[in-house]
Amino acid sequence: MSPSLLEVEDLRVTFSRRGQPSTTAVDGVSFSVDAGEVVGLVGESGCGKSVTSLAVMGLLPSRGTTVTGSVRFDGTDLLTMAPGQLASRRGKDLAMVFQDPMTSLNPVLTLGRQLTEVLRAHTDLDRAARKAEALDLLGRVGIPDPRRRLGEYPHQLSGGMRQRVLIAIALACSPRLIIADEPTTALDVTIQAQVLDLLTTLVRESGTAMVLITHDLGVVAGTCDRVNVLYAGRVVESASRHDLFARPRHRYTSGLLAAVPRVDAPEGSPLQPVPGSVRDRLEWDAGCAFLPRCGRGDDACRTGGIPLAPTATDLALSPGNPDHEARCVHPAGATT
Amino acid sequence: MTARPRDAADGPLLQVRGLEVHYPIRSGLLKRTVGAVQAVDGVDLDVERGTTYGLVGESGCGKSTLGRAVLRLTEPTGGSVRIAGEDVRAMGPEALRRARRQMQMVFQDPLASLDPRQSVESALVEPLRVHGIEGGPSAWRTRVRGLLDRVGLPAGAGAKYPHEFSGGQRQRVGIARALVLDPDLLVADEPVSALDVSVQAQVLVLLQELQADLGLTYLVIAHDLAVVKHMSTTVGVMYLGGIVEEGPSAQLYARPLHPYTRALLSAAPVPDPEAEATRERILLRGDLPSPADPPSGCRFRTRCPWVQPTRCADERPALRVVAGHSTAQRVACHWAEEIEAGTVSRADAA
Repeated sequence: MSPSLLEVEDLRVTFSRRGQPSTTAVDGVSFSVDAGEVVGLVGESGCGKSVTSLAVMGLLPSRGTTVTGSVRFDGTDLLTMAPGQLASRRGKDLAMVFQDPMTSLNPVLTLGRQLTEVLRAHTDLDRAARKAEALDLLGRVGIPDPRRRLGEYPHQLSGGMRQRVLIAIALACSPRLIIADEPTTALDVTIQAQVLDLLTTLVRESGTAMVLITHDLGVVAGTCDRVNVLYAGRVVESASRHDLFARPRHRYTSGLLAAVPRVDAPEGSPLQPVPGSVRDRLEWDAGCAFLPRCGRGDDACRTGGIPLAPTATDLALSPGNPDHEARCVHPAGATT
Repeated sequence: MTARPRDAADGPLLQVRGLEVHYPIRSGLLKRTVGAVQAVDGVDLDVERGTTYGLVGESGCGKSTLGRAVLRLTEPTGGSVRIAGEDVRAMGPEALRRARRQMQMVFQDPLASLDPRQSVESALVEPLRVHGIEGGPSAWRTRVRGLLDRVGLPAGAGAKYPHEFSGGQRQRVGIARALVLDPDLLVADEPVSALDVSVQAQVLVLLQELQADLGLTYLVIAHDLAVVKHMSTTVGVMYLGGIVEEGPSAQLYARPLHPYTRALLSAAPVPDPEAEATRERILLRGDLPSPADPPSGCRFRTRCPWVQPTRCADERPALRVVAGHSTAQRVACHWAEEIEAGTVSRADAA
């Protein structure tokens, strides 16, 4: 099998501060993304999904942060790359779309200036060609009247429009990988539908790879090819979108699915909350971090080093294709 | 804490008629009023005792302003609000202060509504003191402790400060604060949208248990259609200052009539890839128009996929019943029957 476009292996991010115990935000995360594929990182606040994306992009502060493992993009390890080299690839091969379109744009520069900036840095297009390209990009992300918009400032746009501009900037140099960190969380549901539609269409048409980071299982169900569920810094379940929702294995995944209200739920169907909060956790070395909130856990869960592995049930279902993995001692839906 | 018998008065607990909240736009040297932002523009709604009315809509539709206007936290500019038959708008300051015992609000961010330097118990005793509830300090503290226990906080939570709680626990504190005066009506503005998915369900279940135990009446305001569906007896869909469709939750979600309700439902993500792949998508064009200069006629017409010439622009549709649907479901659309029957074409189909 040829290597994937992006291969993250055993990524670990530790923050330390003098006089305080260090915190491991990302604790051995591995995943890969192929060209033309959308891979989801799902989890709640504090699970390490955003720190993972910042580590991949080399955007974490160097002071007080220790990043280990490897992030291979097209065969090159981004973690060992010189900062200048990485900067020349960022914006060109790797692009990022952040959650908050209000703070990601510079309020005192026109949209045209911000759009052409990335083209000036990474291409040899002249001024006129850059402007033409910027116009074309705004058109592609569905902004009406792009010529007028080029001269406008971010505050003159609505939230959905700003997010489109950010996507246009991310697309400017036809990146091979886009990391979108909660790209629609700040948007209304009808605008969210527009933006997700836009992102997935662009990925399918151009063969770009995308990592989609979100807390919303509904967004995952509509967009991702493959999903990694994160809890307390580790991947607890990894599966194709179809398998994850049809047969959730980790108790956290199945618990979340039972706790989410759905618009298509029958009248009066009860919600089953997951008790406690992410603060109630076990250290991974002592066992499963989710154990204090899990209804199924027992003493077998109190051993460190529970592996992310295909469950016996899934191996029996499809022996040749063990790509549904869960880090769980008592997986849901097990036949044994 | 025990459920006290609620007054068995006739009619809905909350009755809103023609409610308007217009914010003046001032301009020029003399700050003359040159226009108005019509945040809420002519809303009628009834909330029966012991039920939940869910108000859903996107940001800027006026749903939060409506909730605040009901409690007179924002002063309405027109219409009437009656709680248990009493006109809230006609009350003087003292009468309003007394009436606030009956109607309380749960905010999205409970941390912002609590004093960071005051322990939770002391913050919750304060309204009891301000309203001169009988019993004195020790009885007040007993009541507060009972309430903190009832909302599922650990013993000793009262001595803690707001920052010591997790997000879900803070919202429990916010709910306890709203309940301390034993109100009839709770207005909950986005009560779970700041919480993690696994914790949202805990708070929703708590709100439902409290309603059943204490006979509370809720006005729940949220942008999340699934949350509103789960909580509500009746749902109202708001767009640009007005209610465009209203009906019993089950019927409204099963057979939405208004194009905007249909679009909202089709856009709400469902955690199920099969459902995501098969359902009809109605993508709306553009953004919400400015409430300072709403479109003429039907306010949704600039984004409506089924917009028809002249009538949609000329005449503002009123809420009405549609044949073949329950009389409790009402929609403000001239073409609801034709859209349901498929006899008018979608403008975006071409």
